[in-house]
Amino acid sequence: MPLIPDKSNILQLEKTAAELRLSMVNMLQTAGGGHFGGGLSAIDILTVLYFHVLRIDPANPRWAERDRFVLCKGHANCAYSPTLAKRGFFSEDLLKTYGQLDSHFGMHPDMNKIPGCDMSTGSIGHGTPLAVGMALAARVLKKDYRVFVLLGDGSLMEGSTWEAALIAAQYRLENLCVIVDRNRFTCDGPTDGLGDSQDCYGIRGTLSLEPVEDKWRAFGWHALRCDGHDIAQLVQAFQQAAQMKGKPTAIIADTVKGKGLPFLENRGEYHYTHLTDVQYQQALTLLAGQMDALQQSIEAGGDQ
Amino acid sequence: MTRTFTRQDLAGQVPRSVFGMTFVQLAEQNENIVAVSPDLMISTRLAEFVRQYPYRFFETGVTEQATVGIAAGLAACGLTPFVCQYAPFVSMRSCEQVRTDIAYPNLNVKIIGTHAGMSPGAGGATHLSLEDIAILRAVPNLTILAPSDNVQTARAVRLAAAATGPVYVRLVRGSENSLDLYASEEDCPLEIGKAVTLHDGNDATILAAGHPAVQESFQAAELLERDGIHVRVLDMASVKPMDREAVVRAARETGAIITVEDHNILGGLGGAVAEVLAEECPTRMTRIGVPDTFVALGPSRALYDRYRIHAPAIARTVIEFLKKK
Repeated sequence: MPLIPDKSNILQLEKTAAELRLSMVNMLQTAGGGHFGGGLSAIDILTVLYFHVLRIDPANPRWAERDRFVLCKGHANCAYSPTLAKRGFFSEDLLKTYGQLDSHFGMHPDMNKIPGCDMSTGSIGHGTPLAVGMALAARVLKKDYRVFVLLGDGSLMEGSTWEAALIAAQYRLENLCVIVDRNRFTCDGPTDGLGDSQDCYGIRGTLSLEPVEDKWRAFGWHALRCDGHDIAQLVQAFQQAAQMKGKPTAIIADTVKGKGLPFLENRGEYHYTHLTDVQYQQALTLLAGQMDALQQSIEAGGDQ
Repeated sequence: MTRTFTRQDLAGQVPRSVFGMTFVQLAEQNENIVAVSPDLMISTRLAEFVRQYPYRFFETGVTEQATVGIAAGLAACGLTPFVCQYAPFVSMRSCEQVRTDIAYPNLNVKIIGTHAGMSPGAGGATHLSLEDIAILRAVPNLTILAPSDNVQTARAVRLAAAATGPVYVRLVRGSENSLDLYASEEDCPLEIGKAVTLHDGNDATILAAGHPAVQESFQAAELLERDGIHVRVLDMASVKPMDREAVVRAARETGAIITVEDHNILGGLGGAVAEVLAEECPTRMTRIGVPDTFVALGPSRALYDRYRIHAPAIARTVIEFLKKK
C-alpha cells in the first residue's frame, strides 16, 4: 500500500469521490432510480480503496497477484461500477446502459460481466465467507495479495457473516480486511433504535448493532473505527489494517446514508429512490461546486 | 499414472470411503485441489487426505453457509475446492450459497453430498435428504451425478474433478451394497449427460439413479426375465444434464417407463423424466420413490422396502403396470 498521502493527494481523492457521486447520480437518473442511500454512503470508502489502497491493474483485471475486493452490500453497485469505470477498467460510457436489457450493469454486480469485479454479490451476508475463501486461497497459492470486503449494516445482521468471522479469526487471516459502511439504516428503518417512530410506521427501527467494534473484537478480530467520509481517516485506518499481524481487521466506518446530497441524507426512505428533476438539478449544481472548490484547493497547493 | 479402481479394490467399502480413496489420488495429481468441510471431515472420509495434505484442508466448524461461500472464494482465486458435507444440509441450509455463490458465477466447486436419500435410516427427517435433487436441479450451471455403486462412485468423483464448473455428487451413507454393477472404472461407461444401459429389453424401461435404486432395478430386471418379461434398465447417474435422447428412445422402443429413486417422487429423477417425455414423447409412466411424505423412523433397509426400492417390489410394480397398459 502506498505511503500516507500528502494534503494534495487527499484533496485529489476527495475530488475523485465528488466525481464518482456525479457519475452515480447521472447513471441512476438515466436508469430512473436506484439505491441512492447506500451507494452514496459507500463512495468515499470505495474511492480510498480503488484510488489508493488496492494493488490492481485495470489493464489486466484478472491479474493473479491483485488484491481482491468483495462488495458484500451488492446493492451499492450503483457506486461500485462507476468506481471501476473511473479507475479505468472500462469506459464510463458503458454505465449509460445500467439496468437495460442485456446491460453488464444492474443493481448488483456480476463478476462475469463487469471487468475488475472480483465476485458476484447481491444477497446480503455472502461477502465475508467469499472473502475468507479468497484470503485462504492466498495461503495455498503462496501469494501476498490482500482481500477487502465492504459490509453494510444489514450484513452485520446475517448469521453467515459471523460464521465467517469465526473462521477468519481461527485461521489468523491478517490479509483480510472488513469495512463496515455503518450508515445506520436498513430497508425498514434505522438501526439502534435511533428512529423517529413516525418515519418507520411506529416501530423503533430494525436491529441494534452497537457496540459493533466489541462484537468484532469478541470474535478475535482487530477492530478500529473512523469517519467513513474523512478520506485522511480512512487512509490511516487501511494503513493500520495493513500492519496488523496474526488477526483480520474490521474497520467500522461511520457514514451517512445519502451522503453528499443533503435532501437524501439520513433518510431511510431513500434506500431506493429516484430524484425529481429539481433534486437532480440541485445535485448537479452541488457536486459541480464541490469539484470546482476542490480543484481550486489542489491548484493552490493544498493550502486552502 | 495413478491406477483407477476395480471392484476388488473397493470391496467392503461404503461409497463415501470410495470418495475418500479417490480424492487422495486426485489430490496427488492436482495440487490445486483443496477441501472444505463444516465439521464433517471424518464422516465424509477426508481424514487420509487431511493427514497427507493438511494445508489443503479447511475445517470450518459447524458453519454450513460460510463453508459454501468460502469454497466459492477459493475457486474464484483459481483453486478447485471440494465441499464435503451431508446432502440435506448442503442442499438446504446453504442452498442459496450453492446457487448464488457457486452456480451463478459458474465457479469450479465440487460438492460431495453424503448421507443422501433414506440412507441415514433412523436419523429421521432432519438427516434424510429426499429433496436435494429437486432443489438443485432447478439451479443452472450445476451438474448432478448420483452414482449407483462403488466403482461408479470413483468414476463420478473423477468426472467431477475433471469437469469445468460446479458439480454435485450425491452419495449415500450406508453399506447396503447388494450388487456390484461395474467391474472397474475402465469398464464403467459413465459420462456427464449420458445414460448407461445396464440391461436390454423392449417390454418396459426402468430408469433409476443412485445407490441402491439402480442395483435393485437391475436385480428386478433379472427377476422379470424368469417371467419372460424383458426390461431395459438405464443407469441415470447423470441426473443433470439428463440424456434426453436415451429417455425418448426408451419410451419409443418400450412404451412403458418406470422410474426408481431414493428421493421424493416430486422433482427428482421421476419428475425430470416426466418433463422430457411430456414434451417429446408422451408415454405412460410410474414413479417409484418416496410419495411426498416425511418417512417413518427405521433402518434404511426397512425404509427402502417400504417405499419399493427393492428388487421384488420393483418387479411386482412393473408387472402390475404392464397389465394396466
